[in-house]
Amino acid sequence: MSASDSVVSARKVSKFFAGFQALRDIDLDVVKGETIVVCGPSGSGKSTLIRCLNALEQHQSGELVVCGIELTAARQSIDAVRRRTGMVFQNFNLFPHMTVIENCMIAPMKVKGMSRDEARATAERFLKRVHIPEQADKYPAQLSGGQQQRVAIARALSMNPDVMLFDEPTSALDPEMVREVLDTMVELAREGATMICVTHEMNFARQVADRVIFMDKGNIIESGAPETFFAKPETDRAREFLAQILH
Amino acid sequence: MFQQFSFNHVLFMLTGLGWTIGLAAIALVGGSIAGSVLTLMRVSSNPVLSRIAQFYIFVVQGTPLLVTLFIAYFGTTYLGFSIAPLTAIAVAFSFYAAAFLGDIWRGAIQSVPVGQREGAHALGLSRAHAMRYIIVPQAIRIATPPTVGFFVQLIKNTSLASVVGIVELTRTSQIVSNATFKPLEVYLTAALFYFLVCFPITLFSRSLERRLSA
Repeated sequence: MSASDSVVSARKVSKFFAGFQALRDIDLDVVKGETIVVCGPSGSGKSTLIRCLNALEQHQSGELVVCGIELTAARQSIDAVRRRTGMVFQNFNLFPHMTVIENCMIAPMKVKGMSRDEARATAERFLKRVHIPEQADKYPAQLSGGQQQRVAIARALSMNPDVMLFDEPTSALDPEMVREVLDTMVELAREGATMICVTHEMNFARQVADRVIFMDKGNIIESGAPETFFAKPETDRAREFLAQILH
Repeated sequence: MFQQFSFNHVLFMLTGLGWTIGLAAIALVGGSIAGSVLTLMRVSSNPVLSRIAQFYIFVVQGTPLLVTLFIAYFGTTYLGFSIAPLTAIAVAFSFYAAAFLGDIWRGAIQSVPVGQREGAHALGLSRAHAMRYIIVPQAIRIATPPTVGFFVQLIKNTSLASVVGIVELTRTSQIVSNATFKPLEVYLTAALFYFLVCFPITLFSRSLERRLSA
């Protein structure tokens, strides 16, 4: 692996919240083109981990390099990393006062300095890619949950990020909406996007993940190919977890 | 001999109403400017600025407007500044309105869900851009009904300006009442004028509330 292929490089990254440790000495490497699924019981630190990668949470110790930039408390490092990472949230976090296409245009215009026309063209391209170009002029509240999440994916993609971070993207969706969002994510992964997904969708992991990471109590306790992880989990914690979610 | 309460008196009271509305407008504009500054201080990440603003809001909200008015007018005169009543009032009302508007607007900004800020930051938008394009437009929707509601109170509170010699609606009513000795008719007329100005604004605020919550 050459240094330029590294998207995430974490060494002994730790994060504390008042009174407890959310991440313990996390070591993690992700290279360009990889799709990683992060799973684990609630409170295991998986969301905290992914939120540290774009500094929505700040780690307190260890070294974290994302897209070649070392994340520190310095504003410039945080801004630089955020420009190169896209994030999709559990609750979409679309901007309700803007239309779908405006949601996708604001960052390219204000962060990258694109013209309105250029940003519109880019946004249209990505809305097409998530199969909802016809919703461009609606407001988020007029869309279904699945459509909103696909807009959120298009919005993140329109910044042309080096890595996409998904924080439980299907957990807030009605069951019948999960499919369309996962299909979009599968397409992305197959097109070679670098993705780190916190999700409990084990079928998604089986289909496209290069690696599954299992976390418990702030530690990464297993990391391996999905076939191996599902067939032969090494730890009791992982076995219990899989037994609970696969039934 | 007392005068009859006549149409001319009503016209005189209408000039007072003009001052009432003018004072309220001054207070709203001055209060909005100072209130914006206070709001920015309150939501800034600088704890000192935030504390200063909070202290100011507590003090002014905990003091009667009449006392603020006396301080601005008599207090400054005592210190040797010769200050026009209108200036004193503009200052006192602006300071007063700022304390309330600053608080209303801070609440509105903070009630925009935290996910909105995170969504903006995750896209790489700077704090200033996130504030301007994402947070403030949503906060304005939240803040509009209480702001309009406060404006109604402000209009009524301008009656206090009569004590430093501004001949606004309440003061004109006093004058007419003294001249005619018809306090009931005169003050009922004044009440009607206040109502006719405030009620449409209240209705407007209600309809805004309905429209924005839909």
